[in-house]
Amino acid sequence: MKKQLITTMLSAALCLVPHVEASPVKVGMITTLSGGGSGLGVDVRDGFMLAVNNANNSDLEVIIEDDGRKPSLAVQIADKMIQKDKVDILTGIIWSNLAMAVVPSSVNQGILYLSPNAGPSALAGKGCHKNYFNVAWQNDNLHEAMGNYANSAEHQNSFILAPNYPAGKDALTGYKRFYEGQLAGELYTKLGQTDYAAEIAQIRASGADSVFFFLPGGMGISFMKQYSQAGMTIPLMGPAFSFDQGILQAVGKSALGVRNSSQWNKDLDNAANKTFVADFESAYGRLPSLYASQGYDTANLILSAMQSADIHDKDAFRAAIKSAQFDSVRGNFRFGNNQHPIQDIYVREVVMQGDLLTNKIIGVGLKDHQDAYAADCAL
Amino acid sequence: MATILFLEQCLNGLQLGIMLFLMAAGLTLIFGVMGLINLAHGSLYMIGAFACAAVASWTGSFILGLVASVVCAAVAGALIEVGVMRRLYQRDHLDQVLATFALILISSEAMRWLFGSYPLYLDVPEVFYGATNLFGVLQYSRYRLFIIVVGLLTAIGIYLLINKTRIGMRIRAGASDRQMTAALGINISLIFTLVFALGAALAGFAGALVGSIQSVDIGMGEPVLILAFVVVVIGGIGSIRGALVGAIIVGMVDTLGRGYLPQLLQLVLDPVFANTLGAALASIAIYVLMIIVLIFKPQGLFPAHG
Repeated sequence: MKKQLITTMLSAALCLVPHVEASPVKVGMITTLSGGGSGLGVDVRDGFMLAVNNANNSDLEVIIEDDGRKPSLAVQIADKMIQKDKVDILTGIIWSNLAMAVVPSSVNQGILYLSPNAGPSALAGKGCHKNYFNVAWQNDNLHEAMGNYANSAEHQNSFILAPNYPAGKDALTGYKRFYEGQLAGELYTKLGQTDYAAEIAQIRASGADSVFFFLPGGMGISFMKQYSQAGMTIPLMGPAFSFDQGILQAVGKSALGVRNSSQWNKDLDNAANKTFVADFESAYGRLPSLYASQGYDTANLILSAMQSADIHDKDAFRAAIKSAQFDSVRGNFRFGNNQHPIQDIYVREVVMQGDLLTNKIIGVGLKDHQDAYAADCAL
Repeated sequence: MATILFLEQCLNGLQLGIMLFLMAAGLTLIFGVMGLINLAHGSLYMIGAFACAAVASWTGSFILGLVASVVCAAVAGALIEVGVMRRLYQRDHLDQVLATFALILISSEAMRWLFGSYPLYLDVPEVFYGATNLFGVLQYSRYRLFIIVVGLLTAIGIYLLINKTRIGMRIRAGASDRQMTAALGINISLIFTLVFALGAALAGFAGALVGSIQSVDIGMGEPVLILAFVVVVIGGIGSIRGALVGAIIVGMVDTLGRGYLPQLLQLVLDPVFANTLGAALASIAIYVLMIIVLIFKPQGLFPAHG
């Protein structure tokens, strides 16, 4: 009740703020629209453009280009967008390795970067930057929530696995940061590996009471199918990425009942989210995903800042972004000192609704959670 | 318990090997007979998997899906041979590599237009779900046993086709001396189209079989292509027998490496470091194996024209 009152007062206050005659804002979106993993980029773009089209603000111009998941191409596009198209804001990158190639040099040239997905730790701690905002999460967050959930679910002997690359190591570190039980085993698999028979045999022999895995994209689909085809019944846990709306139908019934962590779900009970889910479905004819929600929030954040500040007054515009005065589809959303979100992370379960696999929130993994690197950031 | 796990891992290695053989057989056949490096082999594998997923979801029948995968990949292979490859036999390998690389990009985008950007659903039939009991002690996935059996039958089938039939004789003749065979009145162009379509069909079949336990996704063919090349190089380029032996060796080394290297290293090293090092070593094990084979047998284990 109190919260509602505050929200009402805030929105009333916002209406009273005199409308700034803003200059046009040009946003460059670099995202993955072709080749493997393009589903993620398509979702971010569609979510972002849904918010832009709904706002119908003629001062906002968006140009979109496809990076094909190649760091070198992403760098070229960023250079072109900054030098030739003179964009004010960059956004859209899905993958951490592409973000690391583009973000540091762009923000040093005075361009604002709002990340709708990747949140590498290198940009959250000492490497934080006043022009860099992450609207999604720091990479470790969802794994940390799952570790915390494992304690409350009384799992005491987890088997954990992830691909052998930086984000995989961050994932297992994140899980272990909160998980208090024993480890039945810890495995790093090959990046892009598609056959998990050897790993599944080890899990079976290890006597684990739960399995936590971070295997994004096709790797997760392969693992889950093979896990259930092998007749394994030890409960699975993972971050939302392997249980997303775009991927779930490809996994099929093997995913049923799996617990996963996410900062968003389509059944979150707030007005902004209800509008988003309904609008997305009617605009694109499919259910929105986590990535779409992140794209949508990113666009609304930019639009909200344009209401109260001029893009040419960089300090004011940054402050407007940082104050995050927009209706996030996640409900509560604010930025920490390192300009990464402080937010609730939920635990979801994969369920069947009609003939469609989807997720249902069953609890909160971590409440009002901030990433572990914020203290190292000088901002 | 440890023995059972070891046995299970050996079966897993054999099964991975058979899967790799299905992928590598078409590649080595095309290279052995036509002297053509076909980078687009992975794309034909993808086409097979997509065809199987689409047909299986329309009709509800996995068997029809498998048939569709073979037919679609063979047709795509024949079209590629007639439309593109036929013009490139006289050129050097670099031109062939460039053209087939372009085909990878074209077919990936074509699949994206046709099926969208999201992975497709393809599952094994209900009868293959779960594990079966072997020798009273070992629980092993039924579908993986099915793959082992089908792969061995395919190997025998190809052997009989190449070595015991008239068409096989013509294929071998065409591989040895193209012009002389043509001079004897044999339609060598048709033979080459057939071989290419056969190689493509094998790739598509492998894609469908493997796609049902992995993910049917754009770009699924490229990691497999690299492994298939390793198998072909170890086995001896152009040799079907080499592909079978090479695939099983690679499957064993990879599986046992993943299963046991981290534990073995933990005996002598700090556990955390051993884990990281073991994982890294396991993922390069097959490439180390390839280097060793190439040092002692530069033509591979079973050179085709030796």
